[in-house]
Amino acid sequence: MLTSSSKKSSLTWLVHLSVFLLVLIWTIPTAGLFVSSIRDKDQLSVSGWWTALASSEQKVVYRTPVPDSQIQEADQYVLKGNLFADSNASVSAFGFSSLKPDAFVVGSTATMKKGKTLTVQANGDYVVTSPVPFTKRGQRIFYTADVPPRFTLDNYREVLGSEGLAKSFINSLTVTIPSTVIPILMAAFAAYALAWMRFPGRALLLVTVVGLLVVPLQMSLIPLLKAYNFIGESFGVGSKTYLGIWLAHTAFGLPLAIYLLRNYIAGLPGEIIESARVDGASDFDIFRKIVLPLSFPALASFSIFQFLWVWNDLLVAMVFLGNNEEQLVLTGRLRELLGSRGGNWEILTASAFITILVPLAVFFALQRFLVRGLLAGSVK
Amino acid sequence: MAQLISALLVMCIGVFGCALYFYGANLLLDYCFPAKQRPYDVIARNLRIRNAIRPWLFIGPAMLALGLYFIYPIIDSVRLSLFDRSGEAFVGFANYQWLFSSTEFFESFKNNMLWLIVVPTLSTFFGLVIATMTDRIWWGNIAKSLIFMPMAISFIGASIIWKFIYDYRSGDDTQIGLLNALVVFFGGEPVAWITVPFWNNFFLMIILVWVQTGFAMVILSAALRGIPEETIEAAVLDGANGIQIFFRIMVPQIWGTIAVVWTTITILVLKVFDIVLAMTNGQWNTQVLANQMFDWMFRGGGDSGRGAVIAIVIMVLVIPIMVWNIRRANAEMEGR
Amino acid sequence: MADLTLTNVKKVYANSVEVLRDINLDIKQGEFIVFVGPSGCGKSTLLRMISGLEDISAGTLEIDGQVVNDIPPALRGIAMVFQSYALYPHMSVYDNMAFSLQIAKENKANIDKQVRKAAEMLQLTPYLDRLPKALSGGQRQRVAIGRAIVRRPKVFLFDEPLSNLDAALRVATRMEIAALKEKMPESTMIYVTHDQVEAMTLADRIVLLSNGNIEQVGAPLELYEQPANVFVAKFIGSPAMNILPVTINKVGSQTNLAIDATTSVNLPLQLDKKEEGKKAQLGIRPEDFTMTALHKNDVLISGEIAFVEALGESTLFHVKTELHDELVIAKFPGVWDIQRGDALALAAPAEKLHLFAADGNNYSQ
Repeated sequence: MLTSSSKKSSLTWLVHLSVFLLVLIWTIPTAGLFVSSIRDKDQLSVSGWWTALASSEQKVVYRTPVPDSQIQEADQYVLKGNLFADSNASVSAFGFSSLKPDAFVVGSTATMKKGKTLTVQANGDYVVTSPVPFTKRGQRIFYTADVPPRFTLDNYREVLGSEGLAKSFINSLTVTIPSTVIPILMAAFAAYALAWMRFPGRALLLVTVVGLLVVPLQMSLIPLLKAYNFIGESFGVGSKTYLGIWLAHTAFGLPLAIYLLRNYIAGLPGEIIESARVDGASDFDIFRKIVLPLSFPALASFSIFQFLWVWNDLLVAMVFLGNNEEQLVLTGRLRELLGSRGGNWEILTASAFITILVPLAVFFALQRFLVRGLLAGSVK
Repeated sequence: MAQLISALLVMCIGVFGCALYFYGANLLLDYCFPAKQRPYDVIARNLRIRNAIRPWLFIGPAMLALGLYFIYPIIDSVRLSLFDRSGEAFVGFANYQWLFSSTEFFESFKNNMLWLIVVPTLSTFFGLVIATMTDRIWWGNIAKSLIFMPMAISFIGASIIWKFIYDYRSGDDTQIGLLNALVVFFGGEPVAWITVPFWNNFFLMIILVWVQTGFAMVILSAALRGIPEETIEAAVLDGANGIQIFFRIMVPQIWGTIAVVWTTITILVLKVFDIVLAMTNGQWNTQVLANQMFDWMFRGGGDSGRGAVIAIVIMVLVIPIMVWNIRRANAEMEGR
Repeated sequence: MADLTLTNVKKVYANSVEVLRDINLDIKQGEFIVFVGPSGCGKSTLLRMISGLEDISAGTLEIDGQVVNDIPPALRGIAMVFQSYALYPHMSVYDNMAFSLQIAKENKANIDKQVRKAAEMLQLTPYLDRLPKALSGGQRQRVAIGRAIVRRPKVFLFDEPLSNLDAALRVATRMEIAALKEKMPESTMIYVTHDQVEAMTLADRIVLLSNGNIEQVGAPLELYEQPANVFVAKFIGSPAMNILPVTINKVGSQTNLAIDATTSVNLPLQLDKKEEGKKAQLGIRPEDFTMTALHKNDVLISGEIAFVEALGESTLFHVKTELHDELVIAKFPGVWDIQRGDALALAAPAEKLHLFAADGNNYSQ
């Protein structure tokens, strides 16, 4: 008895540990992205994000301000100041030439050419002296500093402003909202008809919908691109319009929407619908007053699906919407940044995080419906 | 701000236009064929007409959309695959000949097969394992939620996340990519992961596995919970141990669900191009069909013939699953 | 005013399965009609055809002399109470009851008046603002009835309305429905059930269906006392009537039946000469048996008791006889000190015996 229970508890611990490890593996990538996006960009490029809380060693060049502030002490002209404007880093070594940037320890005095001297303290205070007045340019100081962790929203400020992410954000919304609402409306009516109305060809239509569920988007792209170009030219409106991409997303979302909603609506109790019919309701009344309110969970599930899919889509946006500043959606913008700013991780991480912020919020707020929809769509 | 307002305006027009159609069309139908205060035979006739027309009002827009965006393009893709790059001159099977003699195609086909084997297998496997384990611990739901989370992230976003992990710094620079940092920590040499032919494919696949495992887990978890408790209790009484129960009692009962998860991910794998586009754009022998097709759509102004041929190859790969799906759905509907 | 006539009504499904064959039925205004029969007999289909939810494949349905085959449910002047109640789960009790009137665009004051009147009648007034899920099974049932009353229909249709209730509630609600009928003597009610007790207690007339045919139409006791055929005989009454194979010995002012080589019985029944020597079926209800002794000459059936079911208020004896394989059931009030394996001799008064021809039809009709 004792062995069996201790064996059981060790197994339980193993399960706890394994799940913990798996969760760690699955969340670390996103966590890394987030942490990196709020780090100082200089620190980000020289140290891993997992060291974000430790101070980092940086090799920096500083140039003293233009020598207006020099003062004369005895026969020496003196420049005083602090290397750090706003942080409380500490200097470990310094120098005056790029060849030997860490030649001197803090507190010591370096003697430079023409009788000039340089002293740097650990807290960044420096003193430069010269027998002759300083002219024109300031003195360069090389130093190695331990910089304490610094978190900032600068990266976000930058990508939202100069990198145009704010605009893309609005573009994404403009694409996503109608592309979510319109297919729901169309699919709900179609699903009701397929579930509860009698008309010739119903079975065939249903089979078609099921078949189209798996048709790859790629199959449609080239003919549609040609058609859009043709229509754009014929009417002189250009081929890349919001209307165009709404319709495309609507259509591409329809098979899943119809399938999901039909399954749900067909599962509603038949007697309720018959009862409404006996009560004198037409199919339109039944749909509006009975079926639509009762299908709320299914409608919610599908809208989350469609929202995530449209928001995260790159392919359809790249084909049916322009790649210009005006129309670029977030995913397209990310892809562009990946090309032009491939090495600037502060830009990439902040942009990526902005992009995934909305879907993540939707995901965590409405996970319940998403799961329900997934189950309705695939199980059984 | 102006953009925001105009965007809102356009959205409203789009959505309300759609709603107006349904409302208006139904009202019009009722108006044209009234069923009140008429002789019984007129009412009966009008209602028959209404009932014959109304389904088409309901289903018409959806049918039109499906026809224009799926049926017509499928037919036109087949046609375009027999025409030249601009879609004007008939070239017979030249595009197919080109495809089957191009090394690029075989590379992407080979890679695609690799993806098709690895991604669904790993996702389903991890999904099943995690679903089983999380069902036994009190914080299982939190764990599930976190593992499910990548589902919400776009492929391009996921690519950036993982590109950051695979990041490589040459020489003695501090590695800021997690993977290389680990390698260095354990005394190895940093590697530019995504440029190592063949193995880099797996580094890309990991991204999709990372995204899709949550999906597999959620569905399989529900299926596992649907297993009647009595069958497991009976197995316990029969003296089966945990592993025997899992493989001989639980897994056989959810085969259907496993198959569904597997095929769903398979279809997704065939369609995914964002990851390859963002990570390598097909360089270093990582090309896949979907990305190659996208490439040909725009390469040198676009070659619709070759693009269409590749699309057809993807379609052909999907057809067995489509047939299976339809048969399954039919069987289910007869059961109703 | 609300007579209902079915003439040669048929129902054939698309796969050419005939569920109802040639139904003819006249229902007078104010009658309480119960369709009863085993499951799959077509009773619900018949009700749904009257309601308009199912198409009528052939024949005509008239309500008040007006053929309504093609008229939609709402315009037939009927209201229906469903087995699952079919309350709209997202609407309050009030809205559930008001729905049909709102659809018909009646004015608000009138709707309110009707709903409150019905709610008052069914003691639902305190629950008008609740959602159906906050009600008990019996209350839901009453809302479903209220929803029907509000429409002031000519014909009420009930589709197994009590089968979702537990036993105690079923009895109470059954009596409520009977009381409701008392309050609305002018409305016609058609009620479908598979439960013969409901049929017997509620109906003015029972329509007994099996396999798409009407077996018998009549008042409850008529069906019990004069079943038209073996099917009706066995369906009505519990435990079911015993059916024994007999041979018609002699006809005349009385009919003499041979039960076995040594036993025969005379029935007060005049039969045609040509029936003589034919096989027939003798029906005896378990409760019509009397106990007798083996040596007496009124013994009808004797045999060994296969098992005994003591129910307290009565005792059932299952008797193994030499006549045929089925056990004969006899029911006697009270408790008896008779064991399994004991021999039992049974007699029955001649006027309580039912004689059916080999094809199952009652000879006396």
